[in-house]
Amino acid sequence: MARSSYIGGLPSTAKSARSCQRRSIRGYSLSAVVLLVFVLALPQCWAAQGPTSDDCLACHSDKSLTAKRGGRTVSLFVDQKKFTGSIHGSLQCTSCHADLEGKELPHSTPLAKVNCGSCHSDEAQQHAKSLHGKAVARGDALAPRCVNCHGNHDILPVKDPRSSVAAMKVPFVCGQCHREGTPVQTTRNIPEHDILENYSESIHGEGLLKKGLVVAANCASCHTAHSILPHNDPNSSINRRNIAATCTKCHANIEQVHRKTIRGELWEKQANNLPACVDCHQPHKVRNVFYSQGMADADCMHCHANASLKSADGRSMLVNVSEVAGSRHLKVACSQCHSQVNASRVRPCETITHPVDCTACHAEVGQQYQRSTHGQMHAKGDPNAPFCKDCHGSHHVLGKHNPESLTFATNVPDLCAKCHREGQKAALLYTGVEHQIIPRYNESIHGKGLLKSGLTVTATCTSCHTAHRELPASDPESTVNPKNVPATCGACHHGIEEQFVQSIHSSSMTKTDKPLPVCSDCHTAHSIRRTDQDGFKLDIMTTCGRCHGEIAKTYFDTYHGKVSRLGYTKTAKCYDCHGAHDILKVADPNSHLSRANVVATCRKCHSDATRRFAGYLTHATHHDPKKFPFLYYTFWGMTILLVGTFTVSGVHTILWFPRALQMRRELRAAEAREAEREASSKSATGPGAKDDNNGQH
Amino acid sequence: MANTKYEFAATALEEPPIASVGAPPGAHVDRREFVRFIRLYRVLHACMIVSFLTLALTGLCLKFSYTAWAVRLSRVLGGFETAGYIHRFAAIIMFGTFTAHVVGLIRQKRRSGKTWGGILFGPNTLIPTKRDAQEFVGTMKWFVGRGPRPEYGRWSYWEKFDYFAVFWGIVVIGSTGLTLWFPVFFTRFLPGSFINVATIIHSDEALLATGFIFTVHFFNTHLRPEKFPMDTTIFTGHMPLAEFKRDKPREYAALVASGQLEEHLEEPQPEIVVKAIRFLAWIALTIGFSVVIWIIYAMLFAYR
Repeated sequence: MARSSYIGGLPSTAKSARSCQRRSIRGYSLSAVVLLVFVLALPQCWAAQGPTSDDCLACHSDKSLTAKRGGRTVSLFVDQKKFTGSIHGSLQCTSCHADLEGKELPHSTPLAKVNCGSCHSDEAQQHAKSLHGKAVARGDALAPRCVNCHGNHDILPVKDPRSSVAAMKVPFVCGQCHREGTPVQTTRNIPEHDILENYSESIHGEGLLKKGLVVAANCASCHTAHSILPHNDPNSSINRRNIAATCTKCHANIEQVHRKTIRGELWEKQANNLPACVDCHQPHKVRNVFYSQGMADADCMHCHANASLKSADGRSMLVNVSEVAGSRHLKVACSQCHSQVNASRVRPCETITHPVDCTACHAEVGQQYQRSTHGQMHAKGDPNAPFCKDCHGSHHVLGKHNPESLTFATNVPDLCAKCHREGQKAALLYTGVEHQIIPRYNESIHGKGLLKSGLTVTATCTSCHTAHRELPASDPESTVNPKNVPATCGACHHGIEEQFVQSIHSSSMTKTDKPLPVCSDCHTAHSIRRTDQDGFKLDIMTTCGRCHGEIAKTYFDTYHGKVSRLGYTKTAKCYDCHGAHDILKVADPNSHLSRANVVATCRKCHSDATRRFAGYLTHATHHDPKKFPFLYYTFWGMTILLVGTFTVSGVHTILWFPRALQMRRELRAAEAREAEREASSKSATGPGAKDDNNGQH
Repeated sequence: MANTKYEFAATALEEPPIASVGAPPGAHVDRREFVRFIRLYRVLHACMIVSFLTLALTGLCLKFSYTAWAVRLSRVLGGFETAGYIHRFAAIIMFGTFTAHVVGLIRQKRRSGKTWGGILFGPNTLIPTKRDAQEFVGTMKWFVGRGPRPEYGRWSYWEKFDYFAVFWGIVVIGSTGLTLWFPVFFTRFLPGSFINVATIIHSDEALLATGFIFTVHFFNTHLRPEKFPMDTTIFTGHMPLAEFKRDKPREYAALVASGQLEEHLEEPQPEIVVKAIRFLAWIALTIGFSVVIWIIYAMLFAYR
């Protein structure tokens, strides 16, 4: 106790902290006794460390105190009155600005963001898991943190009507971002429109805002304050499965008043078959008038069953009920997709201004689509851009596992071909190097597997390009960007990918500025051939030669190369020695051509190969005196011998020619003379007098 | 030009030739011809033609694999493996021919009863002699119009060159060919890169051989205007006496002087045989010329 009183006797100011520090520094060099005293005093010393709120306010009470942050001037003024009046008024600045702890004042660097979670850990955890928290983690500049809703130095209890998150104020706090025209509403994918406006006109909004009923549902009542999750998240308070629980927080025993619409026993027996609250009472627009009028499919079919119903531009507006009934959406009501209908109107559909937005339910897919080239074109209003229904159909939407579906694997190539076949709109817009995509795919191993063999697991367009997030190969996020191609192909060809990423061609092994080959560089993108057939085998040398030009050329100078150039595959090709996907540097001990492995590699064909045999130069050229002096001088020796022999014998022959010609002429002349003489002697003496022995000439 | 006239040409035709070998005047017409090559050598030459053409075609296919010609020919030959078997089979024939020739020489020596010295350094030797050098100089003079045509003996110097070229060729191409045929065996005591060296030597020496045979040899024996289009002596073995006297005056003179000419005369081959020989020889010539054209094309227009 004496020890604590010793420390406790000191004034607990910044001075004491500093003297404590000084003492602590000195303590290291002091005698053991002093050190012992100091060490025992240490816990007290920590408690007193750091600047007090007064120290901070010494500067921060100045209204003119500003700082530059990212090019903007921000005020660093802290209103002491508001702060002491706030719920945190009894705390020290350092309780939140924990990084000030032990810092000399005035501090120069900006303070770190306050971590409210150090006290409010539950809320912080909920926030971190929520839509907002995930956006913060992504670094989304628009993502809200604690301070955006709760304020900073002037935080008041929720119950306090002046609090920024008091019931009456919640719609406006949320509305800061979720109002028409805000960056969040225009740039982020939020399926609901006019949220704040609709809410304020809804029965909840009216109760809260017009009648001042603070118990009326505000945003946080349904969406929760901190665990805000997308409606398709199974944990979300507004997920179809949870919405009833959310609504019944206030509307307890609501089933009692739905007896007219819903048979009582269903609540217990088949609760999953009941419509969710929001199916009838649309979110944000909830009004009591809906109850009496309803918005049932039958109301829509009242008009849309009529075959002669036409739109203003002449399209038939007939809806075939059986189409919907046979589709994936058989349990979905018209108004769930055509969500802009207004049941209070005589013609509920007259309020429809936008086409059906599938992202209301298919939010994730919608996000992918928005990022894709298709979605980007659609956002720009390009009429060529395909929209959901162009691929999925409208009322007769079928799952991709249904063979009847447009998006069933075997139908996908035809579906994409509608636009991507040569001459069609997408092919006309396309400026890349891939052409005749559809016929090439159809002839490829994937196309044949899918279309001829009916293997639905074979890669179709969407297997590589994704179904909703197609991006050009030049986009680094594209699945067909060279960087991502190995992973894309590896989705099916996993074993190959495993080998490839360990190989010299993989960017994970080779760090270079030069482009490294990926699957498609050797196998092509669309006309992928069987690798066990001649065409691929023979072309591989030229394929490798595109990058390894010199080495491919010298290969063709050897026996292997010559045989393959004659069009025969039963000879060593690049991959027979180097490996196909597991190519390593020759110097690598694991390479097929390393000292330890090369003989085994040769033995794949030359069963009795020896180490010396493996010394055969498979890429020899006789044009390189430095690398292959033996070959170079042998070649030139032979060439000199050839040129010499042909020159000497050629000159000999050419010189001979005129003489031989002369000989021939004289021979012919002599023959003619002989024949003449013979003829004359024959006529004089008769046949047989002389014999002709001139032979053949 | 008058000084380069071949006196023999006139005399050979003007004098009744058989009179000089003592045939009785006015007797039955003597159509007998000089026998230059015995049957063994004619057969060996035919074997040589067949094996050589086969080796050339199958081998050049690989050498000029970058030409469309080679690709097509290798298909005709039944693929590179079959072409390889054919090539090695033809090589065996050629080795056999070579052996048969050497054996034939030994047997000829035994039969003639001469010593090796007598054969190797006699007047009919195939070994180049001083006289060949003189004849070569004489020939050069004749070519440029500064002397008469030399009086060649049984073997002119270019024939001796041809003969030894084949000898050399068989040794060089044969040995490197065996190396390529049995690379595993040869690399037991030779470095692996020797296979590359052997490839160059084998291929270039073969180019020399085919090029030489199909141009120089063809010209020297067949295309020379006074023999054009073909000299069938090596196939029939026979040489018309007048031609013998004109072409090999020294040998003719020696035979006449020793009175042995009569022993070397025979009736001509039957007409049908000569016709068949001409037909086959034409095929060989055509293949040879085609190969030459192919080589020239490959070397000039497609060389890589």
